[in-house]
Amino acid sequence: MLGFVIQRLLQAVVVMLVMSMLVFAGVYAIGNPIDVFLPANATQEIRAQTIAAYGFDRPLWEQYWRFLVRLAHGDFGRSLIFGMPVLPLILSKLPATLEIALAAVLVGTLLGVPLGIYAGYRPNSPLARLIMALSIFGFSVPTFWIGLVLILTFGVYLGWLPAGSRGDTVLVFGVPFSFLTWNGLQHMLLPALNLTFFKLAMMIRLSRAGTREIMLTDTIKFARAAGLSERAVLGRHVLKLISIPIVTVFGLELGSTLAFAVVTETIFSWPGVGKLIIDSITSLDRPVMVAYLVLVAFLFITINLLVDLTYATLDPRLRRGRTA
Amino acid sequence: MTAPLLAVEGLTTEFATKAGILRAVNGVSFEVARGEVMGLVGESGSGKTVTGFSILGLIDPPGRVTGGSVRLDGQELVGLPGGAMRAIRGKRIAMVFQDPAMTLNPVLSIGTQMGLAIRAHANMSEAKARQHMAAVLTRVGIPDAARRLDAFPHQFSGGMRQRVAIAMALLHAPDLIIADEPTTALDVSIQAQILAEVKSLVAETGMAMIWISHDLATVSSLAHRIAVMYAGRIVEQGPAVAVLRQPRHRYTSGLLASLPSRAQPGAELVQIPGAPPSLTALPPGCAFAPRCPRADRACETLPAMTREGQRVHACHHPVEAGEAA
Repeated sequence: MLGFVIQRLLQAVVVMLVMSMLVFAGVYAIGNPIDVFLPANATQEIRAQTIAAYGFDRPLWEQYWRFLVRLAHGDFGRSLIFGMPVLPLILSKLPATLEIALAAVLVGTLLGVPLGIYAGYRPNSPLARLIMALSIFGFSVPTFWIGLVLILTFGVYLGWLPAGSRGDTVLVFGVPFSFLTWNGLQHMLLPALNLTFFKLAMMIRLSRAGTREIMLTDTIKFARAAGLSERAVLGRHVLKLISIPIVTVFGLELGSTLAFAVVTETIFSWPGVGKLIIDSITSLDRPVMVAYLVLVAFLFITINLLVDLTYATLDPRLRRGRTA
Repeated sequence: MTAPLLAVEGLTTEFATKAGILRAVNGVSFEVARGEVMGLVGESGSGKTVTGFSILGLIDPPGRVTGGSVRLDGQELVGLPGGAMRAIRGKRIAMVFQDPAMTLNPVLSIGTQMGLAIRAHANMSEAKARQHMAAVLTRVGIPDAARRLDAFPHQFSGGMRQRVAIAMALLHAPDLIIADEPTTALDVSIQAQILAEVKSLVAETGMAMIWISHDLATVSSLAHRIAVMYAGRIVEQGPAVAVLRQPRHRYTSGLLASLPSRAQPGAELVQIPGAPPSLTALPPGCAFAPRCPRADRACETLPAMTREGQRVHACHHPVEAGEAA
């Protein structure tokens, strides 16, 4: 098991290196970021000085090498716009994204799995059809549109909920979270809800498909022949059997929501990492883009590792070195 | 004569398919007494498995039991509401399936699965349940049972898995076990072991059993009585020895003649010509007639069940004693 984890971590290092090269080359191709943030009336001299100060006059390989050396010291560089080190900058925006992403994926799963199991268990009932209609809606209507409708309905017409920005936060172990204050929770509700729709739809489809397939197997017939209640059949046998794809998708969705909740964060001006990356792309804030995408690769590798470890606890056939 | 444990009468199960109504079980009647092993024999698709599921009320849509009755100790099971039927399943009638690799849940330990089966019918403390499970597993010949409760199905061999499945059926000491080809998926040597154990279990516990099989050889070593099914109907039924030694229906005699063990070494194997009819397009008369060497005009009408002492058959031209099949 330990060997497995070490092997995965080594893989992670390779993936992150390749990722950093790709991003670096891509960002380099976009062009010189200096022109974006120097005032239009800056002299040629100041321009050359600034370029030299950031090392943008060096060849690509040299810039990359410097980046790697600094990275080895734990330094991702400084943001061109914020003028602060990139790593603390990204970490300061992470809690905001973390709370809406986690809320969305958790609610989507905890609600979607039971609904999906029901829809797979009674596929012809009116309720199951309603659930499936809901999931098609969640899949096909674009996030930005749902976000605008949510803002118009609850923020503008009804005026029940704030439509943008983050509310009051509380420090938990030095990390600011907003879901612990009433005001913060109110601010969180709409963006989190907006992210939830797609997750919910996905989990419904996944659980329904798994349940339909498993209900036809001899395992279920055998369990019923033993006199098990339908509740025990669904809650114990089916749930455990469909849990592996659900954990997989849970991990993938959590990763992609953490990394790319861009649309929702932009619409609700939520100060998270998604908004940070989109802002740094528009302002060509090179160090932030590079560091962010490398960290995203790290995030996905970590989540995949956790998912793989979870598989082993869910499916005994994947455990090695244990025979009875 | 005492009342039978299970009385099946005119049982009919139909499936609505695109090709029309498929009558998988067609007016099947038989009785099983306490302590009796009844062999239900037939080719694949003859309706023997569906008969087993129909008795337990486990027919999934688009199929349903459309007629007849199943009485357990006089209690009608056809049309029984879900909860009442569930109280009987696993408790009074248990079932063992063909392939234990497909029936046991691969991601739950056998202790968990057996525990669920116990708690479906009894309130038992965890410790007591484990004790009971280990005792039953030991009885079906699983060594070191208490420790192996935490093992998962893939950690058992095929034969051991089937023993686990049989143990699950035995948990509540049912009156009747329906065993659907439980040895088909096993090696021949393991088959023999399981058969021997089932035989002694039946003798010890006095429970009744319906042993469903296409394999006449296994059935003959176990069953007291045999019912032969063809195209959803029972065509011959009687004491095992009588049916096997002196078959009356020409399908039964054909089956017996095609047993490889009866062939002369080196001679070609005998087989019944043709294939079973489609259940959606049954001939109006005897379903076996198209494959029968003795079929004539009379076979265009459905043969009635003819009783001869303890046995019945449905054939217009039954095999006579001394006649070569």
